[in-house]
Amino acid sequence: MARTMFDKIWDAHELGEGLIYIDLHLVHEVTSPQAFDGLRLEGRGVRRPDKTVATADHNVPTDGTAAARLIVDQLSRVQVETLERNCEEFGIPIYSIGSDQQGIVHVIGPELGLTQPGMTIVCGDSHTSTHGAFGALAVGIGTSEVEHVLATQCLVQRRPKTMRISYSGELGHGVTAKDMILATIGRLGTGGMVGHAVEYAGGTVRGLTMENRMTICNMTIEGGGRAGMIAPDETTFEWVEGRPGAPAEFDAAVDEWRELPTDEGAAFDTEVEVDAAALSPMVTWGTNPGQVVEVTGAVPEPASETEERALRYMDLEPGRAIREIELDRVFIGSCTNSRIGDLREAAAVVEGRKVASTLSAMVVPGSAKVKAEAEAEGLDEVFRAAGFDWRSAGCSMCLGMNPDTLSPGERCASTSNRNFEGRQGKGGRTHLVSPKMAAAAAIEGRFVDIREWS
Amino acid sequence: MEPVEVIEGPVSFLDRADVDTDQIIPKQFLKRVERSGFGEFLFYDWIRDGEIELEPNPILVAGRNFGCGSSREHAPWALQDFGFEAIIAPSFADIFYANCTKIGLLPLILEQAECRAVAESGAARIDLDDQTVDSAASGVVRFEIDEELKHRLAHGLDDIGITLRDVAAIDAFEAAGGADRGPVTTSL
Repeated sequence: MARTMFDKIWDAHELGEGLIYIDLHLVHEVTSPQAFDGLRLEGRGVRRPDKTVATADHNVPTDGTAAARLIVDQLSRVQVETLERNCEEFGIPIYSIGSDQQGIVHVIGPELGLTQPGMTIVCGDSHTSTHGAFGALAVGIGTSEVEHVLATQCLVQRRPKTMRISYSGELGHGVTAKDMILATIGRLGTGGMVGHAVEYAGGTVRGLTMENRMTICNMTIEGGGRAGMIAPDETTFEWVEGRPGAPAEFDAAVDEWRELPTDEGAAFDTEVEVDAAALSPMVTWGTNPGQVVEVTGAVPEPASETEERALRYMDLEPGRAIREIELDRVFIGSCTNSRIGDLREAAAVVEGRKVASTLSAMVVPGSAKVKAEAEAEGLDEVFRAAGFDWRSAGCSMCLGMNPDTLSPGERCASTSNRNFEGRQGKGGRTHLVSPKMAAAAAIEGRFVDIREWS
Repeated sequence: MEPVEVIEGPVSFLDRADVDTDQIIPKQFLKRVERSGFGEFLFYDWIRDGEIELEPNPILVAGRNFGCGSSREHAPWALQDFGFEAIIAPSFADIFYANCTKIGLLPLILEQAECRAVAESGAARIDLDDQTVDSAASGVVRFEIDEELKHRLAHGLDDIGITLRDVAAIDAFEAAGGADRGPVTTSL
């Protein structure tokens, strides 16, 4: 019987009804301390430390702080030190602050070659869906589930439904993967993918780089999806080959991975088609990622109380042209858009230009390695010369658990994934955009249609 | 976790759709390494800014797609610590729903109109065994719940304990090569 890629991976890992074996467990400081406490309380160990890896990202200051003990904020310091202690006690490898492999958990997994096709991957973080870009089944979990996976290397899951979103046509100049996923969430709504493992398919997706694919899968959770996946192909194999975690018998592994893509004729519970050629650069106007319009558009008339409230919070009135919205801050970073490819795209826009005097802009590489790579290419100089603040790796202003936050009332163009109220700082107003759009907005001080820039 | 049987009493109503976990428990409270004491930070900004008022009743009725966004289990911890034992909504975000079930906070799905009726009644009685919600305005309405999950909630069973009862199955899966995919993180 014809099977979807999701079915193949699920079936290969289900060892009892709804009990899924986990090939890789990524751990960070925020959602794990109570899980380790739970293990100690019950006298349980970590079943497979060799399938587990940890990093510090959410709490990490991006000012170059070199060790956990040097973090100024006491609560953040305790949380990162607790992670370090827990990993030592249970024998889990960790790339903490100061390590040259440290970074956002969803950046370092693929970067180290830990993320591979056909695997099951979990992390106590909703953006775990990122790893599905490699043809893996990757799901975000809560702390009780983190504890469950630590203790058993398995996860109890209800089998989700399947959805395929097929993109056709060539993306227009200046239109990116970020715009593809924002437009899709805008169409389906923030609950549109709930209960589904989503496969992104079609010719447009095949033409995307791994970084672009990760951006799309990353934001699956913003549509409510359980997992986002993209079938592995030559682009995927090329990414994994030669990385530290890549299989020793690489060719044999690739032969297996070639069996993963969805069989012809396999049925999905839901099918969605998107004409990618018709997409424009997108900008969110509200307080969830589904509240989004084309950059050439205007703030819409509110159609519900939720939308009215969103407009009040964002201090926007219906009919206001998106391109007239002036900004105070620009943030380029986060697990959605902080990889070397993202930084190259932004740097190409910025090169030879200056950040508007009316705003402050920052670039936060997703990992220490991305930072080093960018500096080797001179991207840091491009950003600095333009007036950007060039930071060290971490989650930074995506969620404001570290010193990088918006002040009340500040308006920010952000390459991150959530424009929820207060997400980037209490009273802060977030507009989600692609790295190119964020870079151009930093130069102009307001949103611009990147397509008009050659 | 505590077994769930009958949950009865006054109802709080949060009449908003797409409430995300960043609102339920803002990020600054995720820095704590303990599992308890999150109740006082529930809806921290919304309550302090006078946006909403919320009584710590046994039952919360919420809007569609409740608990979307971040996977933070701190959100259900805060709701439970505040006093809620059950949340009724037209739909929940997946991770939030799963997180609730792990701590014995009953997430329960009813039609939008039924949710509204329960909220208007001001009080309700939930019977997990019968799978019913009873309130003045809604009458007795039935809800669906996964059988396995119902059993676990009704008996307050710990997921890990259940899985480890059949640890032989995991051993066998690993021995048969099922666990050979992926890197060895300890030898990078």
